[in-house]
Amino acid sequence: MWVWLLRRIGQVLPTLFILSILIFGLQQLMPGDPALILAGEERGDPQVLAQIRAELRLDRPIHEQYLYWIGNVLTGDFGFSWRIRMPVSQLILDKLPVTAQLAAMSFIIAVLIGVPAGILSAVKRDQPADWAANAVALFGISTPNFWLGIMMILFFSVELGWLPPSGYVPLTEDFWQSIATTIMPAFVLGTGVASVLMRHTRAAMLTALSQDYVRTARAKGLRERMVVWKHALRNALIPVVTLGAIEFGRLLAGAVLTEQVFTIPGFGKLIVDAVFNRDYPVVQGVVLATALIFVLLSLVADLLYMAINPRLRQA
Amino acid sequence: MKTMIRAALAAFGVLAVAAAPASAQHLRIALKEDPDILDPTLSRTFVGRIVYAALCDKLFDINEKLEIVPQLATGHRWEDPRSLIITLREGVRFHDNEVMDAEAVRYSLLRHLTLQGSFRRSEIADMESVEVIDPKTIRIRLKGPSASFLAALTDRAGMPVSPKAAEALGRNFGTRPVCTGPFRFVERVAQERIVGERFPEYWDARNIHLARVTYLPIPDNTVRLANLQSGAVEFAERMEPDDIKTIQRSRNLRAVAVDELGYQSISINVGNGERANTPFGRDARIRRAFELAIDRTAVNQVVYEGMYVPTRQPFPPASPFHVRDFPPTARDLPRAQALLREAGATLPITVEMTVPNNPDLRQVGEVIQAMVKEAGFDLRLRAMEFASSLQAAARGEFETYLVGWSGRTDPDGNIFSFSRTGGGQNDGRYSNAEVDKLLDEARTELDVAKRQALYARAARIAFGEDLHRIYLWHRKNIMAHSARLSGYRPIADGLVRLQGVRLQ
Repeated sequence: MWVWLLRRIGQVLPTLFILSILIFGLQQLMPGDPALILAGEERGDPQVLAQIRAELRLDRPIHEQYLYWIGNVLTGDFGFSWRIRMPVSQLILDKLPVTAQLAAMSFIIAVLIGVPAGILSAVKRDQPADWAANAVALFGISTPNFWLGIMMILFFSVELGWLPPSGYVPLTEDFWQSIATTIMPAFVLGTGVASVLMRHTRAAMLTALSQDYVRTARAKGLRERMVVWKHALRNALIPVVTLGAIEFGRLLAGAVLTEQVFTIPGFGKLIVDAVFNRDYPVVQGVVLATALIFVLLSLVADLLYMAINPRLRQA
Repeated sequence: MKTMIRAALAAFGVLAVAAAPASAQHLRIALKEDPDILDPTLSRTFVGRIVYAALCDKLFDINEKLEIVPQLATGHRWEDPRSLIITLREGVRFHDNEVMDAEAVRYSLLRHLTLQGSFRRSEIADMESVEVIDPKTIRIRLKGPSASFLAALTDRAGMPVSPKAAEALGRNFGTRPVCTGPFRFVERVAQERIVGERFPEYWDARNIHLARVTYLPIPDNTVRLANLQSGAVEFAERMEPDDIKTIQRSRNLRAVAVDELGYQSISINVGNGERANTPFGRDARIRRAFELAIDRTAVNQVVYEGMYVPTRQPFPPASPFHVRDFPPTARDLPRAQALLREAGATLPITVEMTVPNNPDLRQVGEVIQAMVKEAGFDLRLRAMEFASSLQAAARGEFETYLVGWSGRTDPDGNIFSFSRTGGGQNDGRYSNAEVDKLLDEARTELDVAKRQALYARAARIAFGEDLHRIYLWHRKNIMAHSARLSGYRPIADGLVRLQGVRLQ
């Protein structure tokens, strides 16, 4: 197992290196001169534009720009935001807990809704409970996040005045205010993921429930609850865990639209603003950090896989 | 189950308490964007100027009539066209309690002029030297006469910064700005909030009634409005025209619309590369026909609820330089068609319009497309993300470009770089020696009446005869605030001045 783990980590490093080249290279293909954007309404002044290009090394060859950037990244220096002159590493560290909290809350909501609904739907197949769960899942998948978000703001914040319509307060600053500011976006994100989890749990449970070992368990006279929870669910959860890890990774990468609607200052909002402002160091830093998160989560998913399924450990 | 329901209701109760409004004199302002760096020397964005209205006073300000009035200065006089004497207010302190005197003002002006990366350099490039006459008086010597120099001091170039703090923080001054405004900087969390608290030593403290001000960037218009409706903020800047009715329907909200300093226009490529080599780019009669096919009032009505002011020039109605006898042309299809016949054009004339990819401008493009079609134009819209459209325009990769400008107090800022040969924002490379001469003269003419005449003449040639740019309307700054708020003074520059503002 340790050899396997070391081999997997060994695979991560070249992946990140290739990613860094891709991130840097693709960014160069983005239309729009960063100097023009950064100059704002002073963009008409060639002196200002030349000054920005020189200051940000935009006048150097691309390979030189890349080597300068990657050299700094290897020493932990992601550079400065061109727009607000804050260190990119600080921005990432500031935003990561925000997105992590939102992702965790969304994921909890998704699991609490999606997995039980999937099980119920499979066990009560072709019955009203199954239809209802499917209808809710369809609603969750097909409802655009920004629409649901705005509707929730209008209902819970404007009409009822129960929750703040946007913004974010850290958990460490004020626990209840923090929950109040994140519960709506977490619900919006969570319902989408819950629908996906529900559909996969249902499919996996249906497969598991039709297996021979389940039939054997039933033939032995085990109670249905025992059959479902102990025998079928354990096996059905394997693909769901993988999916869960991927979905959690997506949540951590930043929920761009939801963060925009609720003005949550997380990864999604950071990268969108950075792209529109051609704030390259921020784009590069955040994308690289996101890639790292994804790679690590896929590693965690593999480990969980092995924990759930002993056969994989032996292999 | 009942216990769970009770627990859920209790949790919502706690959350509802958590969502309660802030203290009585804490003003929360929703901004349309997140400002860039908060250093008056290095910052670029308009939205940053709204925050400076709390943090950094200026030597001069403008009033409702766009007149230049003293703020940290007490007055000014021209010794000669190249020498400006400014007298300074006594008893002004920076937020670090250092005294603001002539030496500090001299330091700040030189910092604006010389700091690497300064965005103020081009605004005060005419400045040759600054001399301290006594602790309350400075003399600024210019390289040549400059009618727009004083106006530059009504904005960031006129903001003194604490020399002690600026020396200590260097290029990171913007992370903890120290100026002379009514509120001192407390904290900034990027993309989240900027907080200021009342500065007790402020020179005009009796006009400051708020204890704290927080700026919250909320880009989405609907969400900005929802924040205002729910009481999560007390002020929201730059609302959309279609929000006005919603705001007016609410007993708890007020809307204020004031003409802005800028405009919306169609820039035309008349000389920048291959794309200028079209009948549209070569022949002013065809451009005139295009203009005559547009009904500015109708477009404005369809897209902006009729809120904006149709125009044919870059100078807003509030400006003393607005050319009164140069009104926007009315739609006149027969005349447009006659002009096309006179020009010998083969119909339909295909014209491409680059449109920044946002919903209202796309809609403007579509309405114009329908209007000009009736005259014989096949207008093709090319929606582009804003940054890309700027680059395309600068490279001459456009035929026409629907582009706006936020505007400047001094008329020079609304015309020179757009219409002067070689002007930095003259994307269509328009060039007319007579217009150049008029604009150069207007830059150095200190007599207002003579200057007005020079700009009027330039406008008639550049936009009445040559039509290198078609102006559509002057937009409005639509501000919305809680009915609890009083004392807000709307001024065309769109800044939110906090003097006199209070919450009941």
